[in-house]
Amino acid sequence: MTLSLLAVQVAEQAPGAELGPATQLAWLTIALPLLGFVLNGLISMVRPQARRLVSLVGPGVLLAAFAVAVAIFLEARAHPPETPIILTLWPWLHAGDLRIDLALQIDQLSILMLLVVTGVGSLIHIYSVGYMGEDPGYARYFAYLNLFVAFMLVLVLGANFPVLFIGWEGVGLCSYLLIGFWFTDKANADAGKKAFLANRVGDFGFLIAMFLLWQTVGALDFGTVFHRAPEALTTTAATWITIFLLLGCAGKSAQIPLYVWLPDAMAGPTPVSALIHAATMVTAGVYLVARTGVLFALAPATGLLTAGIGALTALFAATIGLRQYDIKKVLAYSTISQLGYMFLAVGVGAYATGLFHLVTHAFFKALLFLGSGSVIYALHHAYHTTHSHEDAQDMRNMGGLKQWLPVTCGLMWIATLAIAGVPPFSGFFSKDEILAATFARGAEQPVYYLFYAMGALAAFLTAVYMARLMAMTFHGENRTGAAEQEHLHEAPAVMTAPLIVLALLSLFGGAINLPHFVGGNAALERWLEPVTHPATAMHPLSMPTGLTEEVLIGGAVLIAALGLWVGFRTALGQPILPAREAPPETGFARVLYRKYYVDEIYDALFVKPLVWLSDKVLWRVVDQALVDGLLVNGGVVGSRWLGALGSRIQSGQLGLYVLLFLVGAIWVLDTILR
Amino acid sequence: MTEAVFYVFAAVAVISAACCVLQRSPVGALIFLVQAMLALGAIFVILQGQFIGVIQILVYAGAIMVLFLFIIMLLNLGRTSSDIRGPAGIAATIVLAGLIAVELGGLWAYSPARIGREVRGSAGMIQAQAAFAGGEAAQRATAAHGVVGAIAPPLFNEYLVPFEITSILLLAAIVGAVVLAKRKV
Amino acid sequence: MLLGPALGLSAILFTIGVAGVLLRRNAIVLFMCVELMLNAVNLAFVALAQVYGVGAYLIAFFVMTVAAAEAAVGLAIILAVFRHHQSIDLQNINLLHG
Repeated sequence: MTLSLLAVQVAEQAPGAELGPATQLAWLTIALPLLGFVLNGLISMVRPQARRLVSLVGPGVLLAAFAVAVAIFLEARAHPPETPIILTLWPWLHAGDLRIDLALQIDQLSILMLLVVTGVGSLIHIYSVGYMGEDPGYARYFAYLNLFVAFMLVLVLGANFPVLFIGWEGVGLCSYLLIGFWFTDKANADAGKKAFLANRVGDFGFLIAMFLLWQTVGALDFGTVFHRAPEALTTTAATWITIFLLLGCAGKSAQIPLYVWLPDAMAGPTPVSALIHAATMVTAGVYLVARTGVLFALAPATGLLTAGIGALTALFAATIGLRQYDIKKVLAYSTISQLGYMFLAVGVGAYATGLFHLVTHAFFKALLFLGSGSVIYALHHAYHTTHSHEDAQDMRNMGGLKQWLPVTCGLMWIATLAIAGVPPFSGFFSKDEILAATFARGAEQPVYYLFYAMGALAAFLTAVYMARLMAMTFHGENRTGAAEQEHLHEAPAVMTAPLIVLALLSLFGGAINLPHFVGGNAALERWLEPVTHPATAMHPLSMPTGLTEEVLIGGAVLIAALGLWVGFRTALGQPILPAREAPPETGFARVLYRKYYVDEIYDALFVKPLVWLSDKVLWRVVDQALVDGLLVNGGVVGSRWLGALGSRIQSGQLGLYVLLFLVGAIWVLDTILR
Repeated sequence: MTEAVFYVFAAVAVISAACCVLQRSPVGALIFLVQAMLALGAIFVILQGQFIGVIQILVYAGAIMVLFLFIIMLLNLGRTSSDIRGPAGIAATIVLAGLIAVELGGLWAYSPARIGREVRGSAGMIQAQAAFAGGEAAQRATAAHGVVGAIAPPLFNEYLVPFEITSILLLAAIVGAVVLAKRKV
Repeated sequence: MLLGPALGLSAILFTIGVAGVLLRRNAIVLFMCVELMLNAVNLAFVALAQVYGVGAYLIAFFVMTVAAAEAAVGLAIILAVFRHHQSIDLQNINLLHG
C-alpha cells in the first residue's frame, strides 16, 4: 500500500514547475499523526502503563510531521506555486457526473495552516507530557490528540469540499472525545455532548451549502468551483450558499448564535483547550471563509453579515469575560471574542489580515492557555497535598502568584500585551490591521464604521479583562491559603519550554506581516496573494494611508494602554475574597456573570420543546401508538382476522363445499360458452 | 308424430325429476328418479340411440337404482322429517340454479344450421345438412349390421383403451365398495 | 332432428339436478340428484350423435359405466358414514372442518 501511495497521480497545474520530494510526501503529515493514533490507541488498550513509549510516540509523530511541513514550506518558497498543486491519493466517489477523489491541495494557504497546526501542535504535545503525565488515561489522551491533528490536517489540506468535510466532522468528533476526556464526571460528558450538538447544527449548514454548490456549479473540488462560480452563480445563489457556509463556520468557530459550547468545553484538559479551542479547530471556520473567498466576494450581503456577526461576537464575548472568575472561562470568552475579530476581517474582504490574526492568535492564546494550565497545575498540586477541595481554576483563590511562578507570570504578561494590542507585539499588528480594514470599508458602506466602533470597544474591553486576569492571578495578595503556599512551585521544564517558544513567537510573530509604515513589506499578504487574489480582485479594498492611518494606529495603542491600566487598577482596587467566601453577584454584573442567560434561553427555546416533542409526540404517538400499535400489532390483528375469515370457509359442511364448487363450475361454463 | 311423442316423454321426465328433487321420503324420490330414467330411455330410442336406450333401462334404472334402494332399505331410515335446507339454502339454490339455467338456456336454440356453422367453423356453408354426416354414417351402419353391430367396431378398435381401463375401474370400484362397507377390516 | 329440443331438455334436467344438490340435506337423495345430472349429460351426448356419429353413443356408454362404479363406491361410503354417525344428515357431518 505504501508503494501505491508513493506513486500518487499528480495533476500538474503549473507547467515546468517540478514537484519537490517533500511536497510529494505531503500525505505523510496526515499519515504520521494517524499512525500515532493507532499506536497510542493500542497501547491504551493493551498496556496503559507504558508512559515512556507514549511520551515518545505522541509528540514524536507531531514533530516529524512538522519537519515535513517545514520542508514543504521551503520548497514552496523556492518555487512558489502559481496554481495549487493537487495530489490525488485515491478515487473516492465516482457516480455519473460526480467525481470526487481523496485529494490534497498544496498551495500557500494550506501550507500556512499546515505550519501552524503542526508547529503549535508539537509544542502543545510536548507540554502535555508534563501536564497529563500522571493521568491514568495518558495513552488514550495522546491517541485522541494525534487523531485530532490528523483530521485537522485533512481539513486544511483537502482539495475539495467533501474531503474538507471529512476533516470538519473528524475534528468535531475528537473535540467531543477530548472535552469529555474525564467522562466519569457527568458534567464533562454533558459538555462534550453540547459541543458536538452545536457543531452538528453548523454541519447541517455546511451540507446544505455543498448540495447547493453541486446543484448550481456542478462540481465540488475547489479549482473547478472557483473557476466556474463567477459565471455559474447568481448573486442570490451565492448569497444562500455562503449563508449556509457561514452557519457551518458559526458552529465550528463559536460565533453567535452557536458559540455556547466553547465555554463549556473548558471542562476538558487545558492543553486540549489550547490546541483545539484556541489555535486550530476553532480557526477552521476562518480557514473555510478564506478558502471560499471567491464565493463570499460574489455575495456582498453575506460579507456584511459575516462582518456584523464577527463584530457583535467580539463585543458580546468581551463583555462576558469581564465578570468571569474561572480563569479558563475568561480565556474561552476571549477566544470567542478574538474569533469574532477574524470573522470581521474576512467579512470585510481582508482575507490575509484575518489569517494573520489567526496565526498570531494561535501563538498568544496557546501561550495563555498553557500558562493558565501551569497555574492550575500548581494550585491543583497544592490543594491535593493539603487535601483541600477548593476550585483550582477560580481566580478568587489565586493572587500574588508572581512570587512562586515568576517565569509563567512573565511569559503570560507577554501574551497579555500581545492580545491587548501593544506594539511591537504580534497582536498589535494583526488587530490593528483588522480595524484599519474595517474602517476602510466604511468609506463604501457607513455601517462598517459601526463595526469599527464595536471592534475598538471590544479591543478596549479585551485589554481590561486580560489585565484583570493577570492582576487577580499573579498580583495583589495571595488568597490560596497559608497551608498551600508552601507547596506552590513553578511547572517542570517540559511544560515551561514550549511556553518560552510561544512567547518568542508572540513577541516577534508580527514580523511575518509587518505593514509598510514601519518599513516592512507585508510578507504574509504577498505570500498568500495567489490564493486570495481571485476574491480580492472582485471587491478591492484600499487600506487607509497617511494621516488616517496614523490616527487609527495611535488610537489603537491608546485604547490598549488605557484598557490595561483600567483593568489592572480596578481589579486590585477593591479587596477580593476567596471563592468560598465570595458574595453572589448582583445587578448587571450578575447578568454578565451568568452570560446574559443565553444558555437558559436556548434551553427554554430549543431544548425543552424538543424534549417535549420527543416524549409526547414522537414516542407516545408515533412510536407507541402508530408504529407499535397500528402497524405492528395492527398487522397481527389484521392477519388474524383475515385468517379467521378464511378458516370459516373450511367448515366441513358438504353443502358449502358443493356451493363453492358450483360457483366455480358456473364461472368456467360461462367462460367456455362465451 | 315423433316430435309429439318426444315432447310427451320430455314432459314426463321433467315432472318426475322435479318431484324427485322435492320429495320428502328417499324411497319416493327414488321411484320418481326411476320414472325419469325410463322416460329418458324412451327418448334415447326416439333419437336413434336404441342400444343406449336399452342399456339405460337395464343398467341405470335396473341396476344402479336398485342398488340405491338396497342401501335405503339397509339404512332403515323410516319416516324422516323434511331435509330441505333452510331459507339461506333456498336463496342460494335459486340464484345458482337460475344462473345455470341462463347459461344453458342458449342450448335450446341449437338448430341444425347453427350446428353446421359451428362444426364446419365457417359462416358460409353450402349445405347445413352436410354437418350431419356423422349421424348419417351411423344410421347406415345400423341399417347394415344392426344396432349392436354398429356400435361394436368402434368400441373394440378406436375405443379399446378406454374399454380396458373401464374394466379395471370396475374392479377397483368393487374392491373399494367391499372394503368400505365391511364392518371389520 | 330434434337436436335443439333435446339439448334444451338436457339443460332443464341438469338445472333441476343442481337445484336438488343444493337443496337436500339427505346424503342419498343428494346422490340421486347427482345421478340425475349425469343422465342429463348423457342425453346431450346421445342427441349430438346426429352430428358426431357412433362415438357419441360410446361416450354415453362409458359415462354410464363410470356412473355405476361411482354409485357403488359412493353408497359404500354413505354406509360407513351412517355406521359412524347414526345419521346421514349432511348438516352434522363436518369432521373435515378447518
